[in-house]
Amino acid sequence: MSETTMNLTLKIWRQKDAKSKGKIVSYPISGISGHMSFLEMMDVLNEQLINEGQEPVAFDHDCREGICGSCSLHINGEAHGPDRGVTTCQLHMRMFKDGDTIFIEPFRAKAFPVIKDLIVDRTSFDRIQHAGGFISVNTSGNTQDANSIPIPKADADKAFDAATCIGCGACVASCKNASAMLYVSAKVAQFSLLPQGKVEAKDRVLNMVEQMDKEGFGNCTNTGACEVECPKGISLENIARMNNEYLKASITREA
Amino acid sequence: MSVLDAKIPEGPIKEKWTNHKNNINVVNPANKRLIDVIVVGTGLAGGSAAASLAEMGYAVKAFCFQDSPRRAHSIAAQGGINAAKNYQNDGDSVYRLFYDTVKGGDYRGREANVYRLAEVSANIIDQCVAQGVPFAREYGGLLDNRSFGGVLVSRTFYAKGQTGQQLLLGAYSAMNRQIGKGKIKMYNRHEMLDVVVVGGKARGIIARNLITGSIERHSAHAVVIASGGYGNVFFLSTNAMGSNVTAAWKIHKKGAFFANPCYTQIHPTCIPRSGDYQSKLTLMSESLRNDGRIWVPKNKEDVEAIRNGSKKPVELSEEERDYYLERRYPAFGNLVPRDVASRAAKERCDAGYGVNQTGEAVFLDFASAIQRYGKEAATVNHEPDASKERIIELGAEVIKNKYGNLFQMYEKIVDQNPYKTPMMIYPAVHYTMGGIWVDYNLMTTIPGCYAAGEANFSDHGANRLGASALMQGLADGYFVLPYTMGDYLADEIRTGPIPTDSPEFDQAEKDVRGIIDTLMNVKGTKSVDHFHKELGMVMWNNAGMARNETDLKAAIAKIRKIREEFWKDVRIPGEATELNSELEKAIRVADFLELGELFAKDALERNESCGGHFREESVEIGGEQEGEAKRDDVNFKYVSAWEWTGDPGEAKLHKEELEFKDIELKTRSYK
Ligand SMILES: Cc1cc2nc3c(=O)[nH]c(=O)nc-3n(C[C@H](O)[C@H](O)[C@H](O)COP(=O)(O)OP(=O)(O)OC[C@H]3O[C@@H](n4cnc5c(N)ncnc54)[C@H](O)[C@@H]3O)c2cc1C
Ligand code: SF4
Ligand code: FES
Repeated sequence: MSETTMNLTLKIWRQKDAKSKGKIVSYPISGISGHMSFLEMMDVLNEQLINEGQEPVAFDHDCREGICGSCSLHINGEAHGPDRGVTTCQLHMRMFKDGDTIFIEPFRAKAFPVIKDLIVDRTSFDRIQHAGGFISVNTSGNTQDANSIPIPKADADKAFDAATCIGCGACVASCKNASAMLYVSAKVAQFSLLPQGKVEAKDRVLNMVEQMDKEGFGNCTNTGACEVECPKGISLENIARMNNEYLKASITREA
Repeated sequence: MSVLDAKIPEGPIKEKWTNHKNNINVVNPANKRLIDVIVVGTGLAGGSAAASLAEMGYAVKAFCFQDSPRRAHSIAAQGGINAAKNYQNDGDSVYRLFYDTVKGGDYRGREANVYRLAEVSANIIDQCVAQGVPFAREYGGLLDNRSFGGVLVSRTFYAKGQTGQQLLLGAYSAMNRQIGKGKIKMYNRHEMLDVVVVGGKARGIIARNLITGSIERHSAHAVVIASGGYGNVFFLSTNAMGSNVTAAWKIHKKGAFFANPCYTQIHPTCIPRSGDYQSKLTLMSESLRNDGRIWVPKNKEDVEAIRNGSKKPVELSEEERDYYLERRYPAFGNLVPRDVASRAAKERCDAGYGVNQTGEAVFLDFASAIQRYGKEAATVNHEPDASKERIIELGAEVIKNKYGNLFQMYEKIVDQNPYKTPMMIYPAVHYTMGGIWVDYNLMTTIPGCYAAGEANFSDHGANRLGASALMQGLADGYFVLPYTMGDYLADEIRTGPIPTDSPEFDQAEKDVRGIIDTLMNVKGTKSVDHFHKELGMVMWNNAGMARNETDLKAAIAKIRKIREEFWKDVRIPGEATELNSELEKAIRVADFLELGELFAKDALERNESCGGHFREESVEIGGEQEGEAKRDDVNFKYVSAWEWTGDPGEAKLHKEELEFKDIELKTRSYK
């Protein structure tokens, strides 16, 4: 496992807080192993900055295994960087080579204002869920037996695939319109595929879409960039399903 | 008489919970909105508690340090959740789940709590399905199950390798419904830094807004701590980077006893460390042990050859391999419980048989399973003449369907193809059975302060079975706290809102500001991580998988020294009045440095081996069990509950004697 290490130039967005203006700052870094994850490389940089008495670069992260959706870096112009099907924390340095310059920026969108450096505010995503991302059932302990309504495996599997969205926001950051359609459709589709979700289907889609618009996300023009960058492979099919649900709901609501 | 009263209801074990529910007080719906409840944590335990309490009508305030409740560490759970549904008709029952959990915990859990857990488990699955959680299903449309280590039935419900994610998103959606209605006020990016006790009761918390750095006061009639486990005291663990002990430790210092801090689960199948820059360890789900065989080479020359790359693992013949679990435990083989599997791996690596550069890795090999499945598939496909290559192709396809996402995760991290060469694995810290002591009602020794989920000590004894943490978190939040808290809150309907300008709030806020100011003013030379890594090294080397008196005493001395240096030499750049990740870490590491010492003290005091706690002084001598862990029921059949007296080294021990009325105490044997 003997290996050579890399020397890199990092160009990182630094911004003190929401009100300040930010700028790109350049940092040389050396001795980076290909086995490191991208965030471990950032740890090395931060340790170096602290030792030099400078402020480390702030970025969101927690699970470091691609499931919590915290990490959110725009690397060389791509949400979560050059690899496919991975989050920033799962990206490894072996994707880069000695001498590379790497641009690191926050996810950009009007609905995701920068809080500090590479950290953005994604609470707009939560507010869309407050508007309808649930099934109204109380925890009484008297719900019916879990097997009383069989669900065709194909539907359950599709609902699961939609439900694996981690709420990272890469879809928004990759979209030239900063649209949140892929994210919202993933939840709408999950519930529309399950019998438990049918009762509230109309209100759900109308309310969630309304909230999405209020938050300042852009319109979907079907560029498909979101699907390409989505680390969880959430499919455009979900958007089609949501459009369908939306249409049905708007017609009947107006009637 | 002990000061500890577990408040276990009278009557036969099967009737305790029902009778208790029938006899406790309830709060009239109109009065509930006059009562405030604070829930710290939005993982499975806190999220489910917050949603249920809000549905009942209480005014809930929920806190998490992430930017969204959906990102709590529970999201990372992979394998599944247990429930005694007996859908597979394989003889499962509430009693069997109860029995397996008590036995798996090596008889160090409280019977009554465990029975209740088993009893409500089935309801959890009903609840989650009603919420739209997409569990795996069979072709007939009914729910599918898998099995986990240490049990003989198939009772684990799952959603591929993302069970925790799906369950947490279920709880998150239940919270969202209440947030939308204004019944839960959500405080994201807030960290609780103290509990406020007024007149002997928990009446609120002090929290830091992590964006602005402002220190806030929040009052309530009761406080729930559901802040997760403290495995990160080891620095490297499978826990999320932010997982910490702070909330639990702060209530400990205000009067909540801390139980069995040394009970740690070290999970056998994790990806080994690759270098000093390593920030965390990644779990490879226990389910892999259903099909993977664990081995190291028999001969040292082969070990050397594999390490220096002159031989490949696949080149070793069957005779040259030591399938040490199958050799030592013929009955359970590769499916022995986690603690047993972890110690066996350490034993081989310590003896010099570790297969990677660091000497800390063993193989988890799928070649036999690929062969077996390949042949089966060839038969089913009517391909009697399938070539060797074709069989491997078919077999790999089956493995991919079962574990595809894990294999992909492994390949991304290690850059090796586990379909072609065995995985390398090594044990890693994963879960903490110890935690805040609670009574049957999940109340701590501070009246009005509750602890739920991994943060409490309640159900898993000295070792937790796979897929039981998710079950416990949701049981606590959905089905236990909503009842037991009502009993306490029934006396609070006339209390009125709790003011935040009392001397107790003043003092608590002053204390928190004091700690932050002191930390910011050290202006030393070393980063927070530097100290955290030092602590982790001591914990791992001296209080890890095998413990002895000498090492533990040395650990205590070393931790005290690191703690002293930390307060003299830590460097935190930036200001306290802004988003400051280093300050956040420093506050957490300061608490880990105290907990670490109590942990070692507890391990030292417990001179027996039980579950995840292995004392080298306490092993079986002679007979079939030679060399295995030896439990000592005569001297240690109790819960250790530590009271804070001003210094972790001076903590006072209280014992809750455990009674086993429904299960006979036996030696755990997996031979
Ligand atoms: C990789 C992995 C896989 C696992 N797989 C399984 C499995 O398959 N089956 C199983 O049963 N168990 C599994 N477990 C264990 C299980 O996931 C955890 O025990 C469980 O999810 C803990 O839930 P919790 O609600 O108690 O805490 P957590 O989910 O850890 O939540 C803690 C919450 O507390 C908040 N918090 C903490 N401190 C503070 C503070 N000071 N102020 C404010 N908020 C705070 C956090 O923000 C978070 O919201 C796994 C664990 C790991 C690490
Ligand atoms: S749809 Fe994909 S990219 Fe968008 S938030 Fe979900 S996981 Fe992230
Ligand atoms: S840190 Fe959790 S997904 Fe990257």
